[in-house]
Amino acid sequence: MHAHRNYVHNEEELQRTSIVQKSRAAFGNPNRLCFLVIYEGKEIMTPPKDQTATKAQTEQDNTVHALPKTRKMTGAQMVMEALAENGVDTIFGYPGGAVLPIYDALHQQKKVKHVLVRHEQGAGHAAEGYARSTGKVGVCLVTSGPGATNVVTALTDALMDSIPMVCITGQVPTFLIGTDAFQEADTTGITRACTKHNYLVRDVNDLARIIHEAFHVARSGRPGPVLIDLPKDVQFAEGPYISKDQAPMHMYQPRTEPDMDLIEEAVELMASAKRPVFYTGGGIINAGPKASEALVKLVRETGFPITSTLMGLGSFPASDKQWLGMLGMHGTYEANWAMHDCDVMICIGARFDDRVTGALKGFSPHSKKIHIDIDPSSINKNVHVDIGIVGDAGKAAEAMLKVWKARGFKADPDAMKTWNAQIDKWRDIKCLQYKNSKDVIKPQYALERLSDAIKKDGRDTFISTEVGQHQMWAAQFLPFEKPNRWLTSGGLGTMGYGLPAAIGAQMAHPDALCIDVAGEASILMNIQELTTAVQYRLPVKIFILNNQWMGMVRQWQELLHGERYSQSYSESLPDFVKLAEAYGGIGLRATTPAELDDVIEKMMKTDKVTIVDVCVDQKENCFPMIPSGKAHNEMILSADPSQYDKKLV
Amino acid sequence: MVKKKSDSGKSVYGSTIDNGVASAHTLSILVDNEPGVLARVVGLYSGRGYNIESLTVAETDHANNLSRITIICSGTPMVIEQIKHQLDRLVPVHRVTDLTLQGEHVERELALIKVSSTGEKRIEALRTADIFRARVVDSTHESFVFEVTGSSAKVNAFIELMRGLGMVDVSRTGVAAMSRGTKAI
Repeated sequence: MHAHRNYVHNEEELQRTSIVQKSRAAFGNPNRLCFLVIYEGKEIMTPPKDQTATKAQTEQDNTVHALPKTRKMTGAQMVMEALAENGVDTIFGYPGGAVLPIYDALHQQKKVKHVLVRHEQGAGHAAEGYARSTGKVGVCLVTSGPGATNVVTALTDALMDSIPMVCITGQVPTFLIGTDAFQEADTTGITRACTKHNYLVRDVNDLARIIHEAFHVARSGRPGPVLIDLPKDVQFAEGPYISKDQAPMHMYQPRTEPDMDLIEEAVELMASAKRPVFYTGGGIINAGPKASEALVKLVRETGFPITSTLMGLGSFPASDKQWLGMLGMHGTYEANWAMHDCDVMICIGARFDDRVTGALKGFSPHSKKIHIDIDPSSINKNVHVDIGIVGDAGKAAEAMLKVWKARGFKADPDAMKTWNAQIDKWRDIKCLQYKNSKDVIKPQYALERLSDAIKKDGRDTFISTEVGQHQMWAAQFLPFEKPNRWLTSGGLGTMGYGLPAAIGAQMAHPDALCIDVAGEASILMNIQELTTAVQYRLPVKIFILNNQWMGMVRQWQELLHGERYSQSYSESLPDFVKLAEAYGGIGLRATTPAELDDVIEKMMKTDKVTIVDVCVDQKENCFPMIPSGKAHNEMILSADPSQYDKKLV
Repeated sequence: MVKKKSDSGKSVYGSTIDNGVASAHTLSILVDNEPGVLARVVGLYSGRGYNIESLTVAETDHANNLSRITIICSGTPMVIEQIKHQLDRLVPVHRVTDLTLQGEHVERELALIKVSSTGEKRIEALRTADIFRARVVDSTHESFVFEVTGSSAKVNAFIELMRGLGMVDVSRTGVAAMSRGTKAI
């Protein structure tokens, strides 16, 4: 505790040292506190020895003695400074009374660009779209009260899908907190359950450190949303700015390196497998593009088949012959049957969600399971696994490949031949087949044509979706070859996600093709963001599969609720072509299969936001499907009542 | 008592296959002493449907700004494992220790019991308190306040006896716990 005395030369310095020590103690790392000297935020591990020190030591002395002038600024300026320092170039937000000082500071700087959305939920989803398409932390800035409550859906969405995000909310001044002041809400209380972590900043001296910490927490371990609630008086108050490298290291350091003994054990199990399958998820995407590369190498080296969750699409190229397609409720026949019949399951970065597993008692009953996840609480949560490994998905995949090669393992050729033959039999079912029509556009056909047009176009393409039938069809029919190109609300299932997410992606990738595959019901949930796209000249394409129904709701009502279509008809729909035009965008419509290609071609060429109203078959259902409460081997391929009993719920 | 148990049969997905036997575990959780940390821990229990049987919290290290939360909760080994991982995931949580799994430990609780009676009952209450080594910390002509410490079982037994002797109020601290031997938690 007294070690710092050696370096301190006057009272002022002593104060500075102890202030930093105190703030370090506030995030508690008591063990290290005794051994480290923290001076101006820098940790000095080795004390300088004496006057005849080496050059390096003299330099170290100098850095200690040459006190960097701590810059004073207002809380609002600190926000902008800290955002820029954390590599933020774009934020999404909406101003209001309690964030006016920050908007004033924003106005007086050039490093950070602000995108004005039209609803705070849009700001949140746009930040998510930005984060998912870049791998960086998405940032949104909203005001107190209604601004904060409007962003709750997006925060929950980011939490469920593990998206790194920092949300800054304004708050009423500290002296008004608790008085039911105008636009006051208990933001940290409301968002405690829907953020990875949140802060209420009461002292401007803590602000810079907290922002750096928020970025660190948002992107470390299993990523997630972090909220900073910032009272207005703290935004006005002046204090010292602590830069990122001056800020002390945070105690939150989740484990990323996998246990090598367990990796060895897992690879041995893989080598002994007769019917193996890889089951991968969004963890691979979150671990960065390198993780996808490592996964591809591992899968090709072993020769095992691979399936992925909705969140994991793109981490393994869909054109590869080892690819089984997506698994789960609307996954492919071959993927779900492979999961059911496998003897070794290698799960990397997925979390055994109920939409993936189906009924747990019938879930992959004969397999040994390996589960790699960065979040220890995901392991053994829903499904008991035989080998649980905590670590980064990419590092684990690399380690597995290394061990597989080093030990000279080869998959059992006879067993693999039989297994692949079985898989081919399942593929031959052609579960995604649908009956095309010359008179009415089938939604699947529309997506096939879109997919062709995208391939021809050649631009880097980012697809976002809303939630429902169209989302599942997009997952089934659009091939993803690269990670970070597929933006969909998987965990929370948020209708209204797709348009703002596409805006976020287009902001990050101005030259790319950004398409929101939407339903006519979902798109109306955040339709106001069309204005945002118009304002920033974002040529986002909104490809609406318009069947005039909340399709997935209608499907369930048809299959499971005696065809009683309670409130699922999209009554009084707007004319989407006129709507797009009214907003200042372009509206296109296709009503017959013959018109479709032309319309898609036009859409590809537009230079502003474009709605394509594709009028599709109203009665089409999304298959294959695992009815809720059924297992993978009980999936149905059509609504034929002889195939399953309708009293499933 | 624990979520997976009570919900089984309701969900069409069925419950996690968990054949473990539920038992009470004492968890000792070292946290940053900051606003809202208790709400985070308690919110995690209510949000995920776990049950708290006893909870004690106070600052234990002022210099380093740390508090210790002691929670007794019950569940199968799989559920307890999940609770510990979920707690460990909270950013202000430094360490979660399962004292029940770690080995021998001691648990103590303090209770204040107010007994309002006269005559023979009053004398009996005092005699019983003596047997339990409870101290009298307040006294009027018609009442006593007893302070009793010990295991929860001992405190329960004392309260049961006092019930018939004019007990009007009970206040308990909840359990504080520590491992036996030289090792720190």
